[in-house]
Amino acid sequence: MKPFAYHQPDQIPDVAKLLTSIEDSKLVAGGMTLIPTLKQRLANPPALIDLSKLGNLKGISDDGATITIGAMTPHAVVAASKLVQARIPGLAALASMIGDPAVRSRGTIGGSVANNDPAADYPAGVLGLGATIVTSMREIPADKFFLGLFETALQQGEIITAIRFPVPQKAGYTKFKAPASRYALVGVFVAKFADGVRVAVTGAGPGVFRVPPMEAVLSDNFDPSAIAAIKIDTDGLTSDIHAEADYRAHLVTVMAKRAVDAALS
Amino acid sequence: MGNVIGIGAAPKRKEDQRFLTGRGNYVSDIKRPGMTAGVFVRSPHGHAVIRGIDESAALAAPGVIAVLTGDDVKADGLGSLPCGWGISDAKGVPMKEPPFPMLAQGKVRFVGDMVAFVIAETPEQANAGAELLKIDYEVLPSVVGVLEAVRPGAPQLFDDVPNNICCDWELGDKAAVESAFRKAAHVAKLSLVNNRLIGNPMEPRAAIAEYEPGTDRFTLWTTSQFPHVVRFLMGALVLNIPQHKLRVVAPDVGGGFGVKQFHYGEEAVITWAAKRVKRPVKWVASRSEGYVSDRHGRDHVTEAELALDETGKFLAFRVKTLANMGGYLSTFGPNIPTNLYGPLLGGVYTTPAIYCNVKVVFTNTVPVDAYRGAGRPEATFVLERIVDVAASEMGIDRVEIRRRNMIPKEAYPYQTPVLVQYDSGDPMGCLDGALAAADVKNFGVRKAASASKGKFRGLGYSTYVEACGLAPSRFAGRLGARGGLYESATVRVHPTGQVTVMIGTHNHGQGHETTFAQIVSDKLGVPFENVDIVFGDTDRVQFGMGTYGSRSLVVGGAALSKATDKVIAKGKKIASHLLEAAEVDIQFESGKFSVAGTDRSKTFEEIAGAAYVPHNYPLEVLEPGLEEQAYYDPVNFTYPGGCHIAEVEVDPETGTVTLINYTAVDDVGTVINPMIVEGQLHGGIVQGVGQALFENAVYDEGSGQLLSGSLMDYCMPRADHLPMMKVATHSTLCTHTPMGVKGCGEVGTIGSPAAVINAVVDALSHLGVTHVDMPATPNRIWRLLQNASLPVAAE
Ligand SMILES: Cc1cc2nc3c(=O)[nH]c(=O)nc-3n(C[C@H](O)[C@H](O)[C@H](O)COP(=O)(O)OP(=O)(O)OC[C@H]3O[C@@H](n4cnc5c(N)ncnc54)[C@H](O)[C@@H]3O)c2cc1C
Repeated sequence: MKPFAYHQPDQIPDVAKLLTSIEDSKLVAGGMTLIPTLKQRLANPPALIDLSKLGNLKGISDDGATITIGAMTPHAVVAASKLVQARIPGLAALASMIGDPAVRSRGTIGGSVANNDPAADYPAGVLGLGATIVTSMREIPADKFFLGLFETALQQGEIITAIRFPVPQKAGYTKFKAPASRYALVGVFVAKFADGVRVAVTGAGPGVFRVPPMEAVLSDNFDPSAIAAIKIDTDGLTSDIHAEADYRAHLVTVMAKRAVDAALS
Repeated sequence: MGNVIGIGAAPKRKEDQRFLTGRGNYVSDIKRPGMTAGVFVRSPHGHAVIRGIDESAALAAPGVIAVLTGDDVKADGLGSLPCGWGISDAKGVPMKEPPFPMLAQGKVRFVGDMVAFVIAETPEQANAGAELLKIDYEVLPSVVGVLEAVRPGAPQLFDDVPNNICCDWELGDKAAVESAFRKAAHVAKLSLVNNRLIGNPMEPRAAIAEYEPGTDRFTLWTTSQFPHVVRFLMGALVLNIPQHKLRVVAPDVGGGFGVKQFHYGEEAVITWAAKRVKRPVKWVASRSEGYVSDRHGRDHVTEAELALDETGKFLAFRVKTLANMGGYLSTFGPNIPTNLYGPLLGGVYTTPAIYCNVKVVFTNTVPVDAYRGAGRPEATFVLERIVDVAASEMGIDRVEIRRRNMIPKEAYPYQTPVLVQYDSGDPMGCLDGALAAADVKNFGVRKAASASKGKFRGLGYSTYVEACGLAPSRFAGRLGARGGLYESATVRVHPTGQVTVMIGTHNHGQGHETTFAQIVSDKLGVPFENVDIVFGDTDRVQFGMGTYGSRSLVVGGAALSKATDKVIAKGKKIASHLLEAAEVDIQFESGKFSVAGTDRSKTFEEIAGAAYVPHNYPLEVLEPGLEEQAYYDPVNFTYPGGCHIAEVEVDPETGTVTLINYTAVDDVGTVINPMIVEGQLHGGIVQGVGQALFENAVYDEGSGQLLSGSLMDYCMPRADHLPMMKVATHSTLCTHTPMGVKGCGEVGTIGSPAAVINAVVDALSHLGVTHVDMPATPNRIWRLLQNASLPVAAE
């Protein structure tokens, strides 16, 4: 790890000021992704700006039609939240499947969504539920937020403060874990709303994506059998030493069926 | 006062007190005054010519003390890293043995090959300096697979090693095998790959070296399984340091599995550097660095054929293997796929003729060497797989074909056609025990239950034997060993009767401090807590070959047993004098020397005291002191073995294999501590399951990049992958080791891969699947099912 300056502001405007004034400075939330890259000397920021003193970034609130989760809320808190378990059990289940207990205690929803790892779990939940990413500058709908491999709509100096999730009628998440990393080799989030179904896939490609043909069919018939015959195009899917693209494509259908099952149970 | 805790008891492990309370003393815990930090600069290319190294920016960086390269090694006239085994081909032509410089000279041959060493005040500064080193590489094409490496036109690693073949080795009677094949009623054939593995001990490698000008002595602290061998190889053959001027310490070591039983270039570079910079130098590998520098294991491509008569009796076995050596010959490298492989191809069967040909091949990968089991898991996998293939092709039950060919208990000692002679064993007894323990009778019910959930269930057997307790020096010498393979122990009885044992094996997770103390407690009748075991320090321990090849108890324990016998013999002499009785009348039992048929006796403590306070003592005939030493060189290997039965369930939708049940009944000879034996079996089985289902070191052909270069991509077995295992012992006693022990460190790893894969193939056999290569990953199984003859039922 190379030396860096360390700041711990307690006001959002100060965070933004530091971020824009120190070139290449980085926000640190749980540090579960950032710190390993520093240790491996893959990143060399001159300064880290720690978000942990910003008290209003933590916590979960029920706004009736939506649930809002503060950006600095750790995965373990979401997983164990009675509120999330009652209102969006699929999201609590998703949080419980991330990494291991240590990672879940430190890693945050804001950090995960901002990082947009192509195999991370939260992006599937955020896109699958059609959530809104609330930032220090604006509100961004999930459909406009994830822009591909580690790319998001966040601008220089923009901080995620919370994620607002519409409460669905039913939702489920199923993850086929990559054997070594246990990130999603393929993860599928399915959410049923009064006006239709959303299906979001993580792990299979360079970024989280929706599956319109599945959404259409499930909107009519929310049952695993409805999508059993839907084949995913392998174009653009990832091939690596763990799984080739056609296997990932196959798993999308299998995991989607199981996610519907999970949503129904 | 504590109690005697003897052979067969299961006390908790002595060493765990310090490990579990954070009081272990590992190399990276050690700090020396004035210590500097070193970082190795490693090749990012699989194969390249080094055109030049510009050290100026690195040397100018803050804190950097020195930069050492291959040119400095050459200028100092240092030796190449030695290979401990020299094998020959059928005509007696010795293997090709190109030099293995401790820092690359002119060329790099694998990603991770060491190019330079940067020493600075702090690790951070050494890293920063290392990044400033400018190395001009001319990148060459790499070759990483054995099939590719022997093809005409393949990139050549060494100018004088045509086709990258180090040695074309063979064993067995080729003509007898050919004639048996001509008479065979059936020939089973199998092509398979034995996957490349990375050991991943919990503690990464590390080393510290220090030079004291006052005494002209070097000390090297290193994460080693065999410090005396490092002292010899490095001191005598690489750095030209006299043995009495070099101390090698391997303190607490956090796991080895073979990875730490080699003399590594890092050790030599650091020791050499400590004198050059006149300060202690420390290096601690990162996990990622371990992936590209710890010696890898396995990596075979094999074609096997088994000839059978019409009743399923094995007539002959023929095996052709290409074995990957990596970029250079490591300490035991060429021995593993040859001498530790071919002689095991007889298994527990009466196959009369066996021929084995192994081409040992260089590639642009990390050098390959011994990894838990070393050669024997590879042999067992080939044999136990082809037995299943033959059974299925001939329509004979898999257990039945094994029974028809098994060596009966009465036939021991049994001479195989491939050098080794098994002294004892009861494979049929192990098989019967395992069949019962695994509840094989009711497997059909369980299979039907799986089928009703859309899952395929399979059962797999592995009835196997291994050769361990490395090794009879005379035998090893004939096979090409350049050193002896005995072990030594000193038993020092203190004036107060407590005992310190100095032993040449090394404890890095095996529980030696407990097992060896039990042997002494049992034999001398002293309390278990009064015995300490000292190992891992060439200044404290007389000599030793270290720990590998399941040899510590078998060879080291035997030396300890002999030394303890000598203590008793001397004690009897002292007692005979003190008790004024003839020596033949002195008996030793339960810690007491007594005169037969009388109530006159002396305790062990009294004899120890007299030995060191010789007021009334037979100085004319006996020296004071009570300390004895023994060296033990075994007359034969030991042959533990047994029967493993794996039960798996395959999810055809995702290709996931789940290990549902695992049963092992093993013959490990006398059991000193059943808890420790059980732990060794569990650990060994898990490593074998890891190879069968999860672990795979993958290189990119062409670039030579290691694609599975971290725990994010290299899948280790985890607790939630495993069922509760049933392990039991069914022991016959070894006829030639002093206590009847056979060793238990590797059996689990040797028996298990075949059991697991045989179970996976069984689960899929109704679809026409006849073989699955390791690891049986979901992707691989799914693809097999795509290509299988029957459509897969959807959920
Ligand atoms: C061993 C291990 C296993 C893991 N397994 C999984 C898994 O199975 N599934 C999974 O999804 N993830 C997994 N993760 C990742 C984990 O979920 C991390 O928590 C997550 O990726 C990043 O969250 P963090 O709070 O640690 O962010 P950090 O590491 O602190 O930051 C990550 C990035 O996001 C930026 N950032 C952080 N917070 C904000 C914010 N509020 N606004 C804008 N930018 C911000 C940072 O600047 C940085 O670039 C794993 C991690 C580890 C170490």
